[in-house]
Amino acid sequence: MQQLAQELVIGLSVGATYALIALGYTMVYGVLRLINFAHGDVYMVGAVIGYYLAVAAMRASQPLWVTLPLAFVGAVVGCTILGFAIEFFAYRPLRNRPRLVSLITAIGVSLLLESIAQLEPVFGPTPRRYPERSVEFLGAPITGGPNAPAFVHRALTYVIITRTDVLTLALTLALMAVLTYVVLGTRTGLALRAVSFRFDTASLMGIKTDRIISFTFMFGSALAAVAGVLDGIRYDVRPLMGILIGLKAFVAAVLGGIGSIPGAVVGGLLMGLIETCVKGYLPSQYTGYADAAAFVLLILILLVKPTGLFGRYAPEKV
Amino acid sequence: MRRLLASVLLAGGVAVAGCRKPPGTSANSNEIVIGEYASLTGSTATFGTSCDKGVELALDEANAAGGINGKKIRIVVEDDESKQEEAVNAVQKLISRDNVCAVLGEVASSRSLAAGTVCQKSKIPMLSPASTNPRVTQEGDYIFRACFTDDFQGMINGRFAIDQGWKKVAVMTEVSSDYSQGLTAAFRGTYDKSGQVIKSESYREDDRDYKAQLEDIKTDSPDAVFLPGYYTNVNLILNQAHQLGLNVPFFGGDGWDSPETVKNPDASGNYYSDHYSADDPNPQTQKFVQAYRAKYNNETPDAMAVLGYDAARVMFDAIKRAGSTNPAAIRDALAQTKDFPGASGSITIGPDRNAQKPIVILQVESGKANVVQKYSPSGEKEPLK
Repeated sequence: MQQLAQELVIGLSVGATYALIALGYTMVYGVLRLINFAHGDVYMVGAVIGYYLAVAAMRASQPLWVTLPLAFVGAVVGCTILGFAIEFFAYRPLRNRPRLVSLITAIGVSLLLESIAQLEPVFGPTPRRYPERSVEFLGAPITGGPNAPAFVHRALTYVIITRTDVLTLALTLALMAVLTYVVLGTRTGLALRAVSFRFDTASLMGIKTDRIISFTFMFGSALAAVAGVLDGIRYDVRPLMGILIGLKAFVAAVLGGIGSIPGAVVGGLLMGLIETCVKGYLPSQYTGYADAAAFVLLILILLVKPTGLFGRYAPEKV
Repeated sequence: MRRLLASVLLAGGVAVAGCRKPPGTSANSNEIVIGEYASLTGSTATFGTSCDKGVELALDEANAAGGINGKKIRIVVEDDESKQEEAVNAVQKLISRDNVCAVLGEVASSRSLAAGTVCQKSKIPMLSPASTNPRVTQEGDYIFRACFTDDFQGMINGRFAIDQGWKKVAVMTEVSSDYSQGLTAAFRGTYDKSGQVIKSESYREDDRDYKAQLEDIKTDSPDAVFLPGYYTNVNLILNQAHQLGLNVPFFGGDGWDSPETVKNPDASGNYYSDHYSADDPNPQTQKFVQAYRAKYNNETPDAMAVLGYDAARVMFDAIKRAGSTNPAAIRDALAQTKDFPGASGSITIGPDRNAQKPIVILQVESGKANVVQKYSPSGEKEPLK
């Protein structure tokens, strides 16, 4: 029982980062029907920018409440610009070409970002860790505080919840709420839904589709940056960190129903939970194959529900 | 080093150019030419450069002392960019272009295996300073190593766990690594006789969250956890174990050896086996550490540096005893190496062409790795001083 509760906490925490990245995949797909394979690498760039800012702030002996927000905000700003640039230089010129061309370009952008990050003057192939103090602070388990009732203390020794776990889940849910509000409650969101519904008609109605598409890329990249800094602090930063997680987040988006915002979040959390439970409960010599098991489960779900959990059936328009 | 990244890809690469001159004869007959291939750039560049620095120090010392039998030594170094296929090319170049009489290299087992095939076919003796995978020297009778094998290291870890009185141990192995799996198999071969492995977990090299497995281990409350992996994974695992409150000793092999591990606060109190310690009071070790610091800007030599140094000196010694640069004669002399006073301990080449050497167990403690135990090649405890 105790183990199950603990594995659930771990799974939600891991899944929350998948969810953040999956949101970016789902937004871009919803608008452009493009799978942006460079998205995982934007997450990596976010972690790298945050790393450099955190190191610089620590060197200038800034306190933690300056260092951490600086890392997050800096990474978000940097990746928003990067997201804009990727769309503007790599995808926009190919907008009216067959979709396969954009897909191949996406793989090219992904390799480009990975190769640049592996250059020694930029970052280099060696994994690096965020400054020890920020790692220690966020990795520390939360305790009830002196005035908390006894049952809280007991619960928090029974199941260990770190600050990272809380922060990751809280940020994911908050950002999902913001995104939902933007899409459903603002004029930009209305335009975005229109573009996603009928691209050509929307532009005939006077919607500046280019601007909407740029916005989509920028918002998605900002979410990836947040996930990057969170994981950078939790684990470490390395140039190829975006490949596997990008793949998993993409799968999470498909699982939830690609194009659907709540679907991406639920899909991400579900992926994290499945993966963690497989690692924790499969006969122990197989734990290394947890990813394989998670992907098999995905295939099973898609066999039953091909559009994903929250996806709608969309017949191909002829 | 100890890893086989993929199956050896060289089917087409081993066509060896016929030698025009007998190997070992250079244009200048007053020098002895030895080849070295190393990963000076690429993913394991730190291993290759450290090892090369050790070789260079040994070379300087040998030439300052008059060379071998009155001849100066020259080492031709080729960079293999941490790639298997480049290692094969490098060795082919050394043998056919430079006519080397013997070859030193590599650290990574995968590359030693790839290039070893070429050396064996051309009948040029190769001495690997640091490849610990057992298969490396099984390539043929011209392939030697100057370090111990994964099998030996795993066995010693089993012995150490028994000596520590750990009755129940959990094991956490990297599924995709020959190194990690080899160590686990050898560990269990020894440990299972008197202890019990209550949980064996596994992980993949690119995994970054290990908490699910660690929680599973924690519920069984073992006395210790055997973790044969590489330092990047090891350090993440130690951090996450600490966060989960899994506060039992972890122990592992030489893959832990890195400044990252030593300075990781969560690694404190844990153990790993290694080739040597710079703090070992053995006079041979101290002489080497002093010389290395003097030559390289006060840098403390790591395990790769000492292994490179020892391998080069074992090779020089063999050439000296062979009395010629005939590769077959050098091969025979290498095979007869006995009680050579290396900086990482006394080296004897066994009948399987592997070095029989002592091994140390280090314990990480507040930013330092201290020797807590030493074992002889036969697995007996040795006095520390």
